[in-house]
Amino acid sequence: MITTAQRTPLFEFNQAHGGRMVEFAGWEMPVQYEGIVVEHKATRAAAGLFDVSHMGEATVQGPQAEEFLNSVLTNDVSQMDDGKALYSLMCYLTGGVVDDLLVYRKSKDSYLLCLNASNTEKDMAWLRQEAAAFDVDLEDVSKNYGLLALQGPKSFQILARLAELDLGKLAYYRFVEGKVGGVDCLISRTGYTGEKGVELFVGWDDTERLAEILLREGSPDGLVLAGLGARDSLRLEAGYSLYGHEIDEEISPVQAGLMWTVNLKTERNFIGRQAIEAEQLVGPRRRIVFFRTGGRQIARPGTEVVFEGETVGKVVSGTFSPILNEAIGSALVDAKLARCDALEVARRGKGTPIRRAKPPFLPLNPQG
Amino acid sequence: MSIPSDLKYTKEHEWLKVVADGQALIGITDFAQSSLGDITFVEMPEVGDTFAAGDTFGVVESVKAASDLFMPVEGEVVEVNEALEDAPETLNESPYEAGWILKLKLSDPSSAEELLEAGAYEAFTKE
Repeated sequence: MITTAQRTPLFEFNQAHGGRMVEFAGWEMPVQYEGIVVEHKATRAAAGLFDVSHMGEATVQGPQAEEFLNSVLTNDVSQMDDGKALYSLMCYLTGGVVDDLLVYRKSKDSYLLCLNASNTEKDMAWLRQEAAAFDVDLEDVSKNYGLLALQGPKSFQILARLAELDLGKLAYYRFVEGKVGGVDCLISRTGYTGEKGVELFVGWDDTERLAEILLREGSPDGLVLAGLGARDSLRLEAGYSLYGHEIDEEISPVQAGLMWTVNLKTERNFIGRQAIEAEQLVGPRRRIVFFRTGGRQIARPGTEVVFEGETVGKVVSGTFSPILNEAIGSALVDAKLARCDALEVARRGKGTPIRRAKPPFLPLNPQG
Repeated sequence: MSIPSDLKYTKEHEWLKVVADGQALIGITDFAQSSLGDITFVEMPEVGDTFAAGDTFGVVESVKAASDLFMPVEGEVVEVNEALEDAPETLNESPYEAGWILKLKLSDPSSAEELLEAGAYEAFTKE
């Protein structure tokens, strides 16, 4: 098989540490090292180190950087100060989602965006098209940065031994530039696991050195390397959306339950606002719901959701929660039935009841 | 990868071990459990169910994938390993011993002879 998949700066490192490599979003990524369940539990109990260097990065700079971002993003960038990170969606005119992303404000005229790997090319084309009317410079800097996520209750004690800065002052959804183990990083107090932790943007060629340092320093605390498999089961336990599952070009923020990322407080005119407001007014025709199965069998994406024999939706995410010892998931269902307690998933011709759950599926405190 | 020499194998990665007159234990191989990763669910047939060779008799699921189980030979289920329902990870930890899935009464005791020997199975896994 001829593969054209891209490799992260940790490709050799991942292979040397037993990473089982799979193609994901055009990248050769480790789905697991020792095993998904072990890595998941270690991240909840101690710490996990994830190679997420496949994520895309872009810089937005210039005198109209803020106005430009506020015209394409659902969240309001003008509320940010320097050193602030903000989660936002980027929508089409229809209200469907182009991508979900993190915005980092370095200064009023300089921002870094962190984009989904699968969407980076599409995002850049979209941003370039929309930027034409603004005095801003856009650059895809994905190949400048590796990205490591250090997540888990022990992540800060590991980081404290390596970082030359006062971590106590680094609040949730803020970032600083500093050294970790002598390596220059952008240290962001964010994550995708529901645990306390950081994401470290690091120079592409420094990524392997930083990973070695973190692994060596963290191993005595129980830190393990964790792959995309654990990343997915951790994010689903936390109830975080994943592009292509809970959100996509046809699933709007109203349907996805992500209106907290859509700032409608000011008169700001951003792409998709009219459609989103209209949908909010009449009510969405379908909604994302999270569910527990009560059993161990995973309801895979695409599985039909059934009510009284009628198909009323489909599963969009499904995994096994190693903490609950139970299969959990999310589904896109007819809005009229979003609060219904008698939904089933169709499996091999028979219905299995599912129970609605309000995420997170377990008590989590990423801000702690 | 462990492939005990006293078992018989299929290209669907099941093993079969003749235990007594016309009866055999059936499970999945070390190669199968390793490929699947953490196994989280096993669906097994009922005692008394009968199957032809090649029939689907159950499912094993991991976080990553679901995989059908195929009956190596024709026969009737006389026992299932109920411990797997609450501890499917046993299939990862001990695929050839504690992780046996069911005991089968073979319709034709000689039918097991037609399955793959360990050497042939090992060669197949390396194709």
